[in-house]
Amino acid sequence: MPASNPHNSEMRDLQEMARQIRRDIIKMLMISQSGHSGGPLGLADIFSCLYFRILKYDPSNVTWPERDYFFLSAGHLAPVWYATLARAGFYPLSEMSTLRKINTRLQGHPAPWYTHGLPGIEIASGSLGQGMSIAVGAALGLRMDRKPNHVYVLHGDGELDEGQVWEGIMTAGHYSVDNLTAIVDRNFCQIDNRTDKVMELEPLADKWRAFRWNVIECDGNDISDFLVAVEEAKAIKGKPSVVIAKTFMGKGVSFMEDDYRWHGVPPGIEQGKQALSELEPTKFGDFVEFEWEKQVAEVVK
Amino acid sequence: MTTIESKGEKATRQGFSDALLELGKENPDVVVLGGDVSGSVKVDAFAKAYPDRFFSVGVAEADMMGVAAGLSLVGKIPIASAYGEFAAGRPFDQIRQSLAYSEMPVKICASHCGITVGPDGATHQSLEDVALMRVLPRMTVICPCDYLETKRAVKSSISITKGPVYIRFFRDNTPMFTDESMSFEIGKANTLIDGTDVTIIAAGLQVWEAIQAAEVLAAERISARVINMHTIKPLDKKTILKAAQETRALVTAEDHQIHGGLGSAVAEYLAQEHPTPQEFVAVNDTFGESGKGAELMKKYGIAREDIVKAVKKVLRRKK
Ligand SMILES: Cc1ncc(C[n+]2csc(CCOP(=O)(O)OP(=O)(O)O)c2C)c(N)n1
Repeated sequence: MPASNPHNSEMRDLQEMARQIRRDIIKMLMISQSGHSGGPLGLADIFSCLYFRILKYDPSNVTWPERDYFFLSAGHLAPVWYATLARAGFYPLSEMSTLRKINTRLQGHPAPWYTHGLPGIEIASGSLGQGMSIAVGAALGLRMDRKPNHVYVLHGDGELDEGQVWEGIMTAGHYSVDNLTAIVDRNFCQIDNRTDKVMELEPLADKWRAFRWNVIECDGNDISDFLVAVEEAKAIKGKPSVVIAKTFMGKGVSFMEDDYRWHGVPPGIEQGKQALSELEPTKFGDFVEFEWEKQVAEVVK
Repeated sequence: MTTIESKGEKATRQGFSDALLELGKENPDVVVLGGDVSGSVKVDAFAKAYPDRFFSVGVAEADMMGVAAGLSLVGKIPIASAYGEFAAGRPFDQIRQSLAYSEMPVKICASHCGITVGPDGATHQSLEDVALMRVLPRMTVICPCDYLETKRAVKSSISITKGPVYIRFFRDNTPMFTDESMSFEIGKANTLIDGTDVTIIAAGLQVWEAIQAAEVLAAERISARVINMHTIKPLDKKTILKAAQETRALVTAEDHQIHGGLGSAVAEYLAQEHPTPQEFVAVNDTFGESGKGAELMKKYGIAREDIVKAVKKVLRRKK
């Protein structure tokens, strides 16, 4: 049983893992030819930190009572979660090539492990805006039983347009649930345009503060900055904390960076090859080559 | 004919309230969520008795369903309470994704259902909730008929550990006619009156109306079977099929839209298994209005006289 994060990786490994996760996302999407590229690529650093340093879990025992709870409220970001879960040991690497295919556990949007989803997924998401309420419920229940588990929920910034998120934010503030940390992927992009064009969110930090939250702003593509922010969030008692993490949509792939048009499309085969050439291979190695090559060949045909 | 007597009147929502107090005592994992209507849906007694296990989430039913899901995930048995329209209609997508698709054993307890909620008018008369909840996979839908049955339904719902349960009940005081000697099992209908000419399948407040209708019909030498279909999903198909085969004519009765409720559930099943002439006593594809519950039942065609009329009509179609 891991007492803390089972990997507890060093800084350099976290960085290398983030790059590997980006390579995995590109490959998965090249094979599926369906799914979201931009948001997931931007979140690779945060997911590397979460699963290789921050979260407490046991990949061989997903119901381990001492685990931390992580909820991905913006379910369309699944590719980064799936790649990370494979790398963290929740399921075999080769299964990544089944994203969005018939009979897969890698559903287009996350399904829980006890229905037809991947181990490590606690509840469904995809319809935006529901994760905060769930996280608040879990945090309240854990607090009632005086349990030390921590609850994390990750939202997209466009997702914050949904009213239910603010209902949950208000509930968390009302109950001062300090075993809860929210993370906002502040990439200023959503489907139709940049967030200030679709629906202005600023002053975003002030909004959370007004709802009785502690707010920490950081660079979500800087691993050390993000780790410090989460440490600080967990240390604050008496109110919930939100880490507003500035990221770049499509981070790591030059032609996708900071471009909202990459929100929901996969790279074509040539674009994928270009992306992989920009993301240097890592010591962790790609998931089974021949399998995805074969499937890419099928897609190309 | 068996006669079924009323032993006084009490509200079904009071049955909910009393069940909560017992559950609170019996099971420390039971928690209740309220949305600023605690007095009227009667969760206030639980809140007073177990303040640490009651969560006010404000007027925020979507949030309530999510918070309930989260509580359920960490081992609690959450009971979410609201008025019918705001328990099913407002948070439909939250119920669909966070509770049904995710198999969370949350109990959604909806008070003030149907047109009989009365003076508040159409905005508060949930006439579509059974339809909405019934189409969700992994959902159980229960509509008890009186105080005691509501209490028993709420208490038995705790034994369902996979997927959500929607329990629909009412505001007004209504006759108490079930007793402990009758069995209550989720998914198993109760045949209250045996009959051979026609079967009336009813749920909720229309069960009492059906009993009254059967007495009127008996005086005219029409023998009506009365079935209390307290569980609308999963449907007790065996009891329906037997009634269809033996009486060869059916009337369904409910305080709900004609489309999508109990009548539809029965018809969908029999159309496939044993097509049978059926008349629907329900609100006929229209919204309600203010008035007293009893007045509205008459005006909108879901009272005992309407059941009697429907029986006569279906008997003319009987082969
Ligand atoms: C309730 C709901 N409405 C609409 C959608 C379609 N949708 C998917 S992602 C998205 C935009 C989300 O933007 P953001 O959270 O910023 O994610 P990012 O663009 O950064 O990936 C929308 C509108 C949805 N999934 N759920």
